[in-house]
Formats: sequence, C-alpha cells, structure tokens
Amino acid sequence: MMVFPHKHLLGIERLAPEDLTTILDLGDRFGEIAARPIKKVPTLRGKTVINLFLEPSTRTRTSFEIAAKRLSADAVNISGASSSTVKGETLLDTAQNIDAMSPDIVVLRHAQAGAAALLATRIRASVVNAGDGAHEHPTQALLDCATIRAHKGKIAGLRVAICGDITHSRVARSDVFALAKLGAHVQLAGPRTLLPAGAAELGATVHDRIEPALEGADVVIMLRIQKERFGAPLFPNTREYSRYFGLNERRLALCQPDAIVMHPGPINRGVEIDPAVADGSRAVILEQVARGVSIRMAILYLLGGGEAGAE
Amino acid sequence: MSPRLPPPDADLVERRELLDAIGMGRALRRMAYELVERLGHEGDAIYLVGVRTGGAHLASRLAGMIRESGDTPAPTLGAVDISLYRDDVFHGLPKPEIGPTELPESIDGRVIVLVDDVLFTGRTVRAAMDVLGDYGRPRAVKLAVLVDRGRRELPIQPDFVGTVVQTAATESVRVMLKERGEWDRVVLRERRA
Repeated sequence: MMVFPHKHLLGIERLAPEDLTTILDLGDRFGEIAARPIKKVPTLRGKTVINLFLEPSTRTRTSFEIAAKRLSADAVNISGASSSTVKGETLLDTAQNIDAMSPDIVVLRHAQAGAAALLATRIRASVVNAGDGAHEHPTQALLDCATIRAHKGKIAGLRVAICGDITHSRVARSDVFALAKLGAHVQLAGPRTLLPAGAAELGATVHDRIEPALEGADVVIMLRIQKERFGAPLFPNTREYSRYFGLNERRLALCQPDAIVMHPGPINRGVEIDPAVADGSRAVILEQVARGVSIRMAILYLLGGGEAGAE
Repeated sequence: MSPRLPPPDADLVERRELLDAIGMGRALRRMAYELVERLGHEGDAIYLVGVRTGGAHLASRLAGMIRESGDTPAPTLGAVDISLYRDDVFHGLPKPEIGPTELPESIDGRVIVLVDDVLFTGRTVRAAMDVLGDYGRPRAVKLAVLVDRGRRELPIQPDFVGTVVQTAATESVRVMLKERGEWDRVVLRERRA
C-alpha cells in the first residue's frame, strides 16, 4: 500500500527515502499513460491546479500543465509577465487571492529561495515547489532519479557526477539530496567560483576539475551556467569554461562505457556540453523530459488525494 | 499525521465456504466451456481482459482452459487496472497500488470479455469499461465473474457466472487464489458485531 504523509512537496531535503521510492514507483506506472491513444485518466477530475510561475520557464510549466491535464485536473497557468506582481502585488497577496478561488494544488516557481515554504504556511491548498531561487527543484531531482533508475536498474552504489555551476543550481542541491538518500556516490565538479562553500556537507565529494569527477562515473549530469543569477563574471569567458569544464567525447571516455549523460535543460551547446555528446547515443536528455511528465503526475496524484495528510 | 491504514480486515469473521478448490476449478471450467460455446465461433480469438488483480489471475486461468480445449484459436489475454478510474479514489480508502493496463492487441472491433472475481456494486466494472473506452471501441463487452454476490448499485449484469450467492450488506465475499499464495477457495465473511 502506498502512503505519502505530506501535504506539500517543498523540497527533497525533508523527504524520507521511502517517500522518494513511492513517487518513483508511481511515476513508472504513470509513464504508461503517455503511450495510450487517449492520454488521460479521470483520477483528478474536478480538482484545480494553479501553475504560478513567477520566473521564466517553458519546460517545467508545460510539464506540470500536461501532467495535470492527463489526470483530468483543471490547470490554470499564471506567469510572471501576466500577473499582478508586475503591478506591485506581493507574493503573499497574490497567493491569498488565488487561495480565495479554492484551488487544490498550487505549483510555484519563484526567484526567491523559500518562497514555496512561505506560501505553504499561508494558503489552504497543497504547494508544489517548481523551483525556488537557488534552493531546490524537487521534481527535477525526482525525474532525474527516475531516468537513472530506468537505465541502471538501481541508484544505490552508483557513481554520479554533477558538473558545472553548482552554486546557483537548485537542481544540483535537490539532486544531491535525492541521490544521497537513495545511496549513490555523488561527485560535484566545477570551477571554484561556482562551487558553494560547504558543498561537501551535503554528502558529496567535491572536485575543482571535471576529470576526477568523471572518472568511472555511471551517470553524468551537466548543468547550465546560470548567468542570470550572478552579476560580476565568475570565470573569464565561455570559451575558456568550455575548454576546462565542457563535456566532450574525450572526457566522456573517462566514464564507465555504459554511462548516461543527463542535463536538466535548457542546454547551451558548445558551452557545458559538446553538441556531439548532447546528440550522441549516451544522452538521455529528452527521456528526462518525458519522465518529467509522469513524475509530476505522481506528485499531483499523491497531493491531490485530499486526505493524504498534513506535514 | 498517522499513515493511512489498510481496510479493516481483522474484524471480519468467516461465516461459510462458498467454493473449495474443486468447486472453483469446476466453476471456471464451466465458464471456459460457455465462453467457447458462445464466443468461440466469431472468427476472432476470444479476448479476455482481467480486472487487476484477482480478475487478471482468473482470466489467465480461463485462457489456459480455453487453449487446452483446442476448439477455438488461442485466446488473447489482457489486464486492466482501474485504480485511476474509481469513483471513490479519494474517499478515505488507502492509496491503491497501481498496476499496468496491458492490452496486447487492439480492442477495436473485438468482443472483449471482462473478467473479475466478485461482482458486487458494479462500480469496478463501470470503471473497467471506462478504461477500455480510452483504448478503443470494442464491438461488444461481455462480463464474466466467478461470484455474483448481488446488491448492485449500477445497471450491470454478468454474461458468464461461476456461482451466485445472496449476501447481506454487512457480509463480504473473498476469493483466495493460489497465485497469491493462498489455497483456492471462496469464503463469505461477516463483520464482527
């Protein structure tokens, strides 16, 4: 029997390994719906899901919207540009107005770390964190785990390299939490200016060169440079970054022969990843996108159950 | 909060045995025979679709019996999972384990035989028909059940029945199957007063 004792999904950090497994197992089941002639089940009929995206996003917002619709929930999208936040309304005022319309689930993307947790204390609906600043992006970590598990059959004991802009990456944080909870050995690599202080305390090994992280890796997760999150340049130029930290065929050869290459997108071709690798046979980047839908269905299903309980 | 509990099973006591292993085997063989007699001459193979999980085991047994009879092409065997189609998904029941729906051949234009262990309110069958509707348009849908315990809440009737039993609302019928590590038998149970 499946039990999910949380009202919200705010981050991976506070989830138990069994919670992660529940979501992954359910996600695998929901994957089948995408192959049906009618890609829709009536499970969440009559539930309302509001996608409140106050930071640009195409992939994640579309993924949540499709997930809600495949479960027959009504999905309403509110994006930064069209919302009253541009008229000066605060997040909490926006949220309380939305809550007054009685949605069941609010999916929030926001530039401030902790925004989803704050929202969860103020509204009645369940809150799903779809990325809060450089803090967490739990659904991305879950779909990454689902992709890894599908290819490797397990997560425990795998060597996973996460390379690039670690400091500004909520994906890296959520990935490290999830992979460590599930027993993987995580290697973080990036230029020192993009490695956060205390990264090792997250439960990962930290390298300031990419090669030792790639050595013997079963999985490589490449991250984009999040220029929008820092002002002054933290490395000389993208050509130099690419030369020292880009994933190309030569560096990929350091990994296990059956290693898979992942990227949360959007990818910057020729910067963190060589086009030959991004389009190569080892890349599973589009499969991540496909699994994102089923993982988000699993989360909406678990939170949409009403009585699934409070945290 | 405390995790949700499984449905209360402990306060059910066994009242009587409706079928033993021999009786169950006999009922299934008779159903297999009737299936062949009534549907075996339609041209296409008989398409059995079990409702997970009990019905799927029974559909697989019926398929074996039909295959052995040799009177008709080997049957097609599928299974549906109805947990996402229930009308009581979120009514305090424990979250169900969701199994895959497997329909190995297109159901368009075929005669589909839904197989379930117990027919009670009819809501499970209604949900199973909704699942089929999302996969195609069968020419007809028939219903085969091992036990019809009455007390329908929807206008649904079986076409092939193993045994019929009158029950009270406080009673429950449980089909035990060797596929689930139990002895084959069907028992009538009642909630302890």
